[in-house]
Amino acid sequence: MHWLGFLKPGDWLVALLGLVFCAASFPLAWQAGVAEKAVIKRGGEVFAELDLGRNRSIEVPGPLGVTTITVERRRVRVVTDPGPRQYCVRQGWLARPGEIAICAPNQVSVQIQGSKEAYDSLSY
Amino acid sequence: MTHSVIKLTTTPEDHRIAQLTAAAIGLALIDAAIPLPLPGVKPGLANIVTLIVLARYGWRTAAWVSGLRVIAGGLLLGQFLSPGFFMSLSGALLSLAVLAFAIRLPRRWFGPVSWSILAAFAHIGGQLLLARVWLIPHNGLFYLVPLFSAAALGFGMINGLIAARLLSEMATSAPAPETEVFRV
Repeated sequence: MHWLGFLKPGDWLVALLGLVFCAASFPLAWQAGVAEKAVIKRGGEVFAELDLGRNRSIEVPGPLGVTTITVERRRVRVVTDPGPRQYCVRQGWLARPGEIAICAPNQVSVQIQGSKEAYDSLSY
Repeated sequence: MTHSVIKLTTTPEDHRIAQLTAAAIGLALIDAAIPLPLPGVKPGLANIVTLIVLARYGWRTAAWVSGLRVIAGGLLLGQFLSPGFFMSLSGALLSLAVLAFAIRLPRRWFGPVSWSILAAFAHIGGQLLLARVWLIPHNGLFYLVPLFSAAALGFGMINGLIAARLLSEMATSAPAPETEVFRV
């Protein structure tokens, strides 16, 4: 190949090292903070903390009715909610630390907590 | 009316730096016009000029060309002294620091492609460092490291190959001026 002729042996070495760095950076950067548990709050107070390792369902009574939350295969979702717009139900499965589903009308929220506490948002 | 003449004396070296910087600024503008999905990821075409200058005229001239390009490019793109300007400045400074070592690598084994890849990684390193310290003081920034490093490897390699090709064409068509060229 014409273009490959410009690569010297050391260039291959540097490119290879770069490739190794790239490959190594994927797991290092993207595994930070493992999802450990789901924190369920009702009216702003912690109602229950569910271990993501165990599949189970929990019913949370709120002012409008009962919100059902299910843990399955290290994910959590709101299955049913009496709220009118169903935002938290339609949000589906939560799996990553910091993800949250809020059923505001029924005052219930579920959030995944990881090993490290993250900021909700930052602005400048 | 007072009549005054300000005369600037310039050396051939100054002219050369100005010409090469103009070429680099042109490439920097093209760079800015290329749409890419992620902010901060750019081909860095202007660095082809830096690499060629480094090979033909040495590190000092390359530092001038690179620094002037960052400042003039910032002025032309309207981002002088904005966060974007400081990002490219920190990237350029760290790249130059790494290039100062990279050109000492034996030329027999390491060519412009090596310099380019090393400088590209230094560039994202400088930018991430400044962004982490100043703009986005949160470790979530490092989620982007894989993307940035992949871009650095890819674009670094491409720019290095282009620089290597241009250098070989220059070497065959015209013998390089005074300062040392390819010492093998």
